[in-house]
Amino acid sequence: MEDRLSRVFAALADPIRRDMVARLASGDATVNELAEPYPVTVQAVSKHLKVLEEAGLVTRGKQAQRRPVHLEAEVFDLMTKWIERYRRQAEERYQRLDEVLLELGQPRTEGGAP
Amino acid sequence: MTTTTRADTTISADPTLPLIRITREFNAPPESVFRAHTDPDLVVKWMGPRSITMELLRWDPTTGGAYRFVHRRGDEEYGFYGSFHEVRPSERIVQTFTFEGFPDGVCLETLTFEDLGNGRTRLQALSVYESTETRDAVLSSGMETGVVEGYEQLDDLLD
Repeated sequence: MEDRLSRVFAALADPIRRDMVARLASGDATVNELAEPYPVTVQAVSKHLKVLEEAGLVTRGKQAQRRPVHLEAEVFDLMTKWIERYRRQAEERYQRLDEVLLELGQPRTEGGAP
Repeated sequence: MTTTTRADTTISADPTLPLIRITREFNAPPESVFRAHTDPDLVVKWMGPRSITMELLRWDPTTGGAYRFVHRRGDEEYGFYGSFHEVRPSERIVQTFTFEGFPDGVCLETLTFEDLGNGRTRLQALSVYESTETRDAVLSSGMETGVVEGYEQLDDLLD
């Protein structure tokens, strides 16, 4: 799961790929349609698509000519996953802080509060 | 969006504003939680990512003060700095945060230490970024798995 998530984050680190995902959220599109707004070749866009495909973010249709690109529904959940991962990381830090506070709370042999 | 599970850290990221809010309660009075945020010997014990050594090169947690620290992992070294805008003992810390590898980026952080009585404290951490895009980049990169990888991704994102 964590590997999968890392691939997803890596795939979305690129601004063109993020933009492509945003556009696919409103409906399927062909490679040519996707390539249109960018000052890059269709081949470059195909490479970006391959990265998104390998991360499981998009799938390609079977129709021989068009092969429309389809955004996987679970992508809509991504933000929730990002937030949950960030929350977990904060919780890990705060568990270390719990330990520090526990030590602070121990009776001090030298006497006297800080 | 808010997420809560077994542990008591809660987090929310406003869909339209570039904020992250984190709330966590501690079994210690505000004085202690505040001290763990300001005493340099305590700060290095918990604040940095576990896999990384945190060294404070400058640390003056007073109103108008400043800080600079580095994270070290093997040969890699990454610097962070900021100003302490306001340090109000046991109540509130307002500070800026910048990663030196991305010097144009600055986050404004407000920490509030709320006395819950019975030796308990509620800590609220509010981070404000320049744009939701920057905030999402920080969220998506994660901070523990490497603030560093995170900011490298952010660099890519903002290229």
